[in-house]
Amino acid sequence: MAEPTILKAEGLDLFYGDHQALKSISMDIPEHEITALIGPSGCGKSTFLKTINRMNDLVPGVTIKGKITYHGQDIYSPGLDVTWLRKRIGMVFQKPNPFPMSIFDNVAYGPRTHGVRSKKKLDEIVEQSLRSAAIWDEVKDRLKSSALSLSGGQQQRLCIARALAVEPDVLLMDEATSALDPISTSKIEDLSTELKRNYTIVMVTHNMQQAARIADKTAFFLLGELVEFNDTVQMFSKPRDKRTEDYITGRFG
Amino acid sequence: MYQNLSPSRRAYEITARVLLYLCSGLTCVLLLFLIGYIFYKGVPGISWSFLTTAESVLNDTVGILPAIINTLYVIVISLIIVLPLGVGGAIYLTEYARNRRLVEIIEFATETLAGIPSIIYALVGNIIFCVSLQLGKTLIAGSLTLVIMTLPTIIRTTQESLKTVPQSYREGSLGLGSGKWHMIRTVVLPSSVDGIVTGCILAVGRIVGESAILMYTVSVSTMMQDFSTIENFLKSSGATLTVALYVYAKERADFAVAFSIATILLILTVVINLAASLAGKKLKR
Ligand SMILES: Nc1ncnc2c1ncn2[C@@H]1O[C@H](COP(=O)(O)OP(=O)(O)OP(=O)(O)O)[C@@H](O)[C@H]1O
Ligand SMILES: [Mg+2]
Repeated sequence: MAEPTILKAEGLDLFYGDHQALKSISMDIPEHEITALIGPSGCGKSTFLKTINRMNDLVPGVTIKGKITYHGQDIYSPGLDVTWLRKRIGMVFQKPNPFPMSIFDNVAYGPRTHGVRSKKKLDEIVEQSLRSAAIWDEVKDRLKSSALSLSGGQQQRLCIARALAVEPDVLLMDEATSALDPISTSKIEDLSTELKRNYTIVMVTHNMQQAARIADKTAFFLLGELVEFNDTVQMFSKPRDKRTEDYITGRFG
Repeated sequence: MYQNLSPSRRAYEITARVLLYLCSGLTCVLLLFLIGYIFYKGVPGISWSFLTTAESVLNDTVGILPAIINTLYVIVISLIIVLPLGVGGAIYLTEYARNRRLVEIIEFATETLAGIPSIIYALVGNIIFCVSLQLGKTLIAGSLTLVIMTLPTIIRTTQESLKTVPQSYREGSLGLGSGKWHMIRTVVLPSSVDGIVTGCILAVGRIVGESAILMYTVSVSTMMQDFSTIENFLKSSGATLTVALYVYAKERADFAVAFSIATILLILTVVINLAASLAGKKLKR
């Protein structure tokens, strides 16, 4: 039985100035599943991801047409509180971006922002989040040291922990493993499959095997269009579109 | 280390090296001579009573306590006003302003203002604060003029340091659901404290060394000022160290005292810079 839809894009167009980066995207993202976005560089994957939690608001000159709903609510409607939306829909960026603070303060940043003051509660949240991000054992003895002293892979898991600490509902990951070694990558993949029990995950990846391994559904983007969106197994065994087939078999362009 | 170069390349390298050594050597010698000379002439005149009393015509003693206090007065008052204004303005320009064109014009203006001679500020300050706003020639009028002089410096250095904060920190913070001001306060400002402190040091340096503005907007009295009530505080007016130096050297031809004041100015500048960079390190943590 299909999971209920949590995020729904309907006829979404996005322009950077005159340049159209997304062309009439319609897509239903199911709850508690991993949805992978694949496609060649510049096809609009990051752009689509960033429209989901409105990080595109930061880019001057962006215009958006069409609609994205989250639990049925239009996220671009004027009354919507963007900070609430971003708390519910967390994001892990392509490049690890820990703040120049201690490991503890990085993870506690979100909860503090949303008003958690009690030291005991913060301790709990930090430990819990670091455990969920599979990095607790590596950092538990040095929570007070700077997050910038961690390796790239550890920093990325720290960023995941930081995103989990605000207890989001959806987690967006933009090529979260592209800069990581195979061991860190497989840790994050295991983590994602673990996390989908409680979260909905939308991830951008350039790694076809990764999409095939962990995603329940896969979406193929090309030049701003959504070419195909299907169950991952379907997509990789019997692609419906010729262009999808060319891309996943590496015969593309 | 030049063995494997051809003779002409080698001569070239050696000449360049010698010239560079000469330049830096000469700079050091000049600087040391200057400092040494000022100390040599100035230190003998410095005594406890020189630092802690006002000048007395009756006893025929010199003291520069009033000038020291007046100097601290203009530094503190100017900084209290210019810091929030300058840092706030810089935050608005780099983080909030959407109109690129307007920002560019303002940035160009601050850049230009940072470089104009202080005598121009002195004239404008005199006309606006002393005359139009009827503050008279007072330390307050002087401080306000110094605010205008240092504002561009503070705005520029703060902006520069805000721009070096990686965009990814801002995205990271906003992505967790922070409001804009919360993001700036918790992530952007802590990472740019260094630059703000540098701006302060530059500003204090300019204030301590400023004389034209203070001669046009404050009196040259070397008497002790009365700061006991708010009204007196606002009306007080007297020479700062640089102005006192001018008064002694130029009007009374008392060069011994002038050199002693110069020595104090040098020491004061060093102390303030050390304090500011210490404060910066503390704030950063
Ligand atoms: N801030 C921006 N301003 C203008 N154009 C942009 C901006 N960001 C992205 N674009 C353009 O939008 C298109 C889609 O970019 P996007 O970053 O979404 O691609 P992507 O699929 O994530 O690529 P990659 O795999 O390389 O990360 C590209 O043509 C890009 O040049
Ligand atoms: Mg991208």
